[in-house]
Formats: sequence, C-alpha cells, structure tokens
Amino acid sequence: MRLNRTKIALLAAGSAFLLPAAAVAGPTLDAIKDRGELNCGVSTGTSIGKSTLDDQGNWTGFEADFCRAVAAAILGDGTKVNFVPLEFKNAFTSLQSGSVDMLARSATWTLSRDTEFALEWAGIYIYDGQGFLVSKASGITSARELAGASICVTSGTTTELNLADYFRANGMDYTPITVSSPDQSIANLESGRCDAYTNEVGGLASYRLGLSDPDAYTILADVISKEPLGPVVREDDQQFEDVVEWTRHALVIAEEFGVTQANVAEMAATTEKPELRRFLGAEGEFGAKLSIPNDWAVKVIQTTGNYGELWERTLGSKSKANIGRGVNTLWSQGGLLYAPPVR
Amino acid sequence: MTLSTIPSRLPPEASRTGISSGLRGMASESPVSLILWLALALGAAWILPGLVSWALLDATWVAEDRSGCDPSGACWAFIVNRLPQFGFGFFPPQERWRAAVALAWPVVALAIALGPAFRGRSGLVAGALAAYPVGATLVLWGEPLGLPGVGTAQWGGMTMTVYVGTVAFVLAFPVGLVLALGRRSSLPALRVLSTVFIEVWRGLPLIAVLFISVVMVPFLLPPGTELPRLALALVGITLYTSSYLAEVFRGGLQSLGKGQAEAAAALGFTYWTAQGYILIPQAIRAVIPGILNTVVALFKDTTYVLVVGLFDFLNIVNAAVADPHWLGLANEGYIFVGIVYWSFCFLLSRVSARIEWDMARGAAREART
Repeated sequence: MRLNRTKIALLAAGSAFLLPAAAVAGPTLDAIKDRGELNCGVSTGTSIGKSTLDDQGNWTGFEADFCRAVAAAILGDGTKVNFVPLEFKNAFTSLQSGSVDMLARSATWTLSRDTEFALEWAGIYIYDGQGFLVSKASGITSARELAGASICVTSGTTTELNLADYFRANGMDYTPITVSSPDQSIANLESGRCDAYTNEVGGLASYRLGLSDPDAYTILADVISKEPLGPVVREDDQQFEDVVEWTRHALVIAEEFGVTQANVAEMAATTEKPELRRFLGAEGEFGAKLSIPNDWAVKVIQTTGNYGELWERTLGSKSKANIGRGVNTLWSQGGLLYAPPVR
Repeated sequence: MTLSTIPSRLPPEASRTGISSGLRGMASESPVSLILWLALALGAAWILPGLVSWALLDATWVAEDRSGCDPSGACWAFIVNRLPQFGFGFFPPQERWRAAVALAWPVVALAIALGPAFRGRSGLVAGALAAYPVGATLVLWGEPLGLPGVGTAQWGGMTMTVYVGTVAFVLAFPVGLVLALGRRSSLPALRVLSTVFIEVWRGLPLIAVLFISVVMVPFLLPPGTELPRLALALVGITLYTSSYLAEVFRGGLQSLGKGQAEAAAALGFTYWTAQGYILIPQAIRAVIPGILNTVVALFKDTTYVLVVGLFDFLNIVNAAVADPHWLGLANEGYIFVGIVYWSFCFLLSRVSARIEWDMARGAAREART
C-alpha cells in the first residue's frame, strides 16, 4: 500500500514533465489583449538584419518589425511588444510552454519540425536559400562557374550536404574546405584559401559585413536550397495563427496596392476601390472576423510599412546588409509573395 | 573568549606570495628558473609591441560606426558607444542611476572589506550584503518606492550579472548552512532530506535547472499566472548554489575536531549556541577559499540567464557585436568582456585573501591571550 502510493506520486510528478503540449494558458489572443503586450520570441540579438539591438537597446530588423506588426494588428500599437531573446535550442520549448506567444526567430519550416513539435508555421515571410559569397576580383558571376573551385563550408551542417547535392546534380567537381565555424571560413575566404564561401544568403550578407573590405565581395544570385523562414505559433490556437498569417498577408497586399507607411491613413479615408476599402477597414467587418479591430491593416502598415518598405529598411538597400529581394517579390513581378483576397 | 584557547586546528596559513616576493626571490633563483624568466621576458617583448600599438597607439576611441575606426588598430569606440548598455542594460536613461546603485552596492561593500580596518567593518559589509536582495530589488523595480517602475525585461548588462550573482549568493548562504547542518544531523529524516536535496540540485546542470524553472514551472502553475522570468531563474540559481555551498560548509564542519562540540556541551552550550558561537565560525574560517571558489563560479555562471531570455553582461556584448553598424568587432567586444570578468574575479580573490589574513591574525592574537 505504501509502496503503491509512492509509485503513484512518482508517476504524477513524472507525468507533469511529460505533458508539455496539453497545458497552454487560454486562447492566446485574449491573453495578449489582457496583458496589453505581445510576447515575441526573437534571436539573442545576433540575427543580422532580422533581430539585433541598436545602441539605444531597441530591437531592429525584419523579424523584430514583424513582431511589431502583429502587435499593431491586435492592440493597435506597434510598440506593445515584449521581445524575448531566445537561443535556438530553447525557442520551440519556450513557445510550447506559453512563455512566448509566437516566434519570429529565423526558423526554417521543415516537415519534421512541423509534425514533431506541437507547433504551426503561420506562413513564410522570407524565402531564404543557400548561396555563395565570392570575391569580385575572381570574376565569378554564377554558381555554374564554380566548377573545380575550392569552397568553404561549415562542417556537419545541412549546407555541406546541399553543396554536395548541387555539385553532383550538375556534374561538377569541387574541393570542400570544411571548418567548424563561419569565422574561420571567412578568414579562409579572405586569405584566398577558398574561392567561395557557402551558407544561407541572409547569413552570408551579414558575414560579408565582417570582412575587412566588404565591398570587394559579392553574393551570387543563385540559390541552391530552400530555407523558408516564417513566424511560428502553437498548433492548438487557430484564431491566433490566423491573425499572424493575415498580418503577413497585409504586408503583401499593401505592397500590391501601393499602400505605404506614408499614404495609408489618407488612402483609408479616401479610397473608392472596394477591395482596398475592405482591406483598410472602411467597409465590412473583416477585422472583427479575426477578433481584432477593423482598422488592423492600417495600424500594421503605419507601424512597419508594406512588405517592400519593411524589406528595404531592414535587409535591403536602405540597410547595411543590402540583400537583394530575390524571390521575395510580388507574384506579379515573378516572385513568391502572394496573399489571398480580403473578402 | 577563553574557549578559543583550545585550537582544534592550525590557523589557516596566510598567503603572502605575489609579485614583490617573486622579485625578491630572483636573486636566489636556480638556473632553470632564470631561463624561465628569460623566456617570459622574450615572449613579452615579442607580443607586447604589436599589442600596444593595436590596443592603444592605433586605437580609435570616438567614432559614429565601424567605418569611422582606423582599421589598423582596435575600435574601442564601439565599447565607448555601448558602455551605458553594457553596464545598465535597457534601463531608461533618466533612471540609470538606480541601476548604478544596484551595480555599485556590492562592489563598494567589497572595497570596504579591502580597505583600512575600522570598528564594525565586518558588520557593515555583512549587513550591506544581507540587505542587498531586498534593497537592490526595490531600487531596480522602483514601484514600491514611488519611483517609475522598471520591469525585469529592461534590466540587463553588468547590472544583471552583479544582481543575479549577489542575490543568489546572499540567499544561498543561509540555505547552504542549514543544509550542511541538516546533512550532519542525528535525525535520520532531516539527514536524508538534506542529502537528497543537495545531491539532486548538485547533480543537475545549471542550464537544465534554469530551463526547468522557467519552462516547466509555468506548466504547473494555474493558467494565466505570469511570474517574472527573472524570479524563476533566481530561485533556480539560488537552490543550485546552496547545494554547492552546503558541501563546502560540511567540509569545514568536518575539519573540526570532535573535542570542540564535546567541550561546548560540557560547558553547557546548547546545540544552536554551540553551532553559532563555536563550530560554524571556525568552519567558515576554514573554508573561505572554498566559498570564494563557489562565488567565482556562480558569478560566471550567471551568464546562463540567457536561457530565460535575459541579457547578462556577456550576452549583451555578444548581441552588440552583431549590430550591423559595428560588425566585425568581436575581438574588441570579447577582450573587454574578459577584462571586466577578470577584474571582478580578481577583486573577489583579493577580498578572500584579506579575510583569510585578518582571520589568521585574529586567531594568532586569540591564541596568545
């Protein structure tokens, strides 16, 4: 009898640690409204162009601004974000435990991550991929010209496997120079030990800035793998996922219709286009369907601008990273950004 | 106290080695030792000129961003530019004095401990440290004092490191003492409880302790309760540190001869008065280096608060290194971190040496009387 009771107690204590997905504190949206703040998991300030800290302690970057956009949609105020810096290894667990509402933390969407954790990717906001950094002096302009080259790559990563796949598929030879850290690869590239350094394009752009003469190097336009990055939410809260997903759509729709940070207020007041009137809350109850204010899209665009403005400010030509948009352009311009209609 | 005329053990040897005695001893060096000195001097001559010109002569101290720095020297402008953030985290500028108070408090206490002796000095230092957990929390948080409230998410940098380290140590000290006594208790229940507690917390990696306290604990709380993550982390670090301190104290208690407790009992001391006046003071005196060891380890371990999404000193520098305006300055950042950590740990080790020395002198004086 006594033994049994101990066993039961032990089992109960043990099972408390085994049920992470079951106990999530209430519907996320209500919790955010009660709190008056969105808890948004970002990188530990090391994700250049996506989430870094400036000297005033403000979070800047594409993903930090995406958090602000979601806060603006829900609370009408893009400053109501509590940024929680998370290491990658803790990020998914922190989201599951409810200590953050969402992640905007450069998490690549893969089948296993989608199914193994009780999490959901609310769409894709950056289509990243593996690319090559080469010196301009080398005269290389396309990945196809890398046949016979020595290529620096970080050992034990998927980039190493992607590299092998790409060269085998194209019947080209290469010499991999594998080291354990990106810093070493950058040093090797600078000393001429390798002709190219391969990593995700977003990462390459930032490592390039760490070179002593960044302008002497360039990132090739070719991308050899898929690294779709998107915001992550808990699987059991469809309502909140919809809000995050439509925040991303709002950025794209705004770019499509030429709605910018500067003209959004005026457009909301004067536009006659039915689709724009619905989008900007002048007509219909589309915000209410998402359980957020009807002028949600206006607040989002006022906070971050449309997708193009957001990109150029944080990752693109108006930023230090200066990354081209690649496939991150509107579908109408041959890119992958496409948003369903508001109706 | 006539009781202390029964020395249970030799007073600790005061360590008085250092550069001065090293130089004094050079005259009587063996040839091997002289060769070593020569090698050291040559090594210094080889490294120092480059280091000095990089770190000082060619260094840039004021610049808007990295492009304003002379590439041949260190770009200390990066550190200068970020100094308030490294020191005080995200405290609003007009409230930074509060972070400065919380940061300076233990440092000043330690400086007093190192300074000239005066009546009641140890009491003052101990009191300042004992008051720190409540005092510093009030100063930083501010609301109960009628100051503008600053949430724990805005605390950070060196203030965070010093706050977490000091609070965890001050809270863990009594807990560790009780655990050490419990583990030596004659009551089996108490003994088993203390032993299990110590072994469990000591057997877990700190990073796991923090993870459990911050990620798992919210699962067990009623939905909707939100405790500050810092509080959860502090509880975890305190319990972890207390189990280490308990073992240090136990070592001290075990080094005392049985005669001490027996003599105290014979003189009519109760368990608690014997512990408080005779055994614990001697035990602590015996294990000062061990306590310091734990404190230094704790001070450096505070960097794990990043697990719970808080920026300590190291991680705030780590983040600053990735600022697009200052990219490529990891060397400057980490050298600065190294210097600051080393200075703090050196200060701690000086304080410990000073306490040992004072205690040895005190013991010698008592032995004479």
